[in-house]
Amino acid sequence: MDAQQLYETLKKVQEPKGYYFSNDKKRVFELMDGLLVNKERYGYMACPCRLASGNRENDKDIICPCVYRKPDVEEFGSCYCNLYVSKEWNEGKIPHDYVPERRPPEKMGF
Amino acid sequence: MDQPNVKVFSLSTCSHCKSTKQFLNECTVKYEFVDVDLLDGNERKAILEDVKKFNPRCSFPTIIIGEKVIVGYKEEEIKEALGL
Repeated sequence: MDAQQLYETLKKVQEPKGYYFSNDKKRVFELMDGLLVNKERYGYMACPCRLASGNRENDKDIICPCVYRKPDVEEFGSCYCNLYVSKEWNEGKIPHDYVPERRPPEKMGF
Repeated sequence: MDQPNVKVFSLSTCSHCKSTKQFLNECTVKYEFVDVDLLDGNERKAILEDVKKFNPRCSFPTIIIGEKVIVGYKEEEIKEALGL
């Protein structure tokens, strides 16, 4: 699968749930590439913006879409990576604030 | 004026890290970086101990500019720390 195919597949599944790809396409495709690198490296699509341990059980909360996406999009309009965002975020109706890391540090498997 | 030492702890897959490096390049700032996800075993462990000292949450990018620690790609804070 290449980045374009991944983009289209995810878009079809995630948009109806209210999660849109950021309209910063360059960034989104960098992240698609990152997800594919992690799939190759770890066997699952760990979040490209976080350090995965390589142990699926430890990393399950950060397999994209991560469990933090929902609260982050609710609070900030965007996930930690600025990959999935709300409609309002894309339309510039809410500020593009930095999304702080919500994952508790003790969850890091190292 | 001398430029402060700049070090970036980053991930090779992370777009915030890429933006940070790109920004520093555009500002023609000299910096060192280490892509922590490309390290294995003890090398990774040792670097993570360093990162934790600066940023206990161990998130990326962690940017050290002189004495200042900036967590995340925050352009204004980076500029200020660099005196730009």
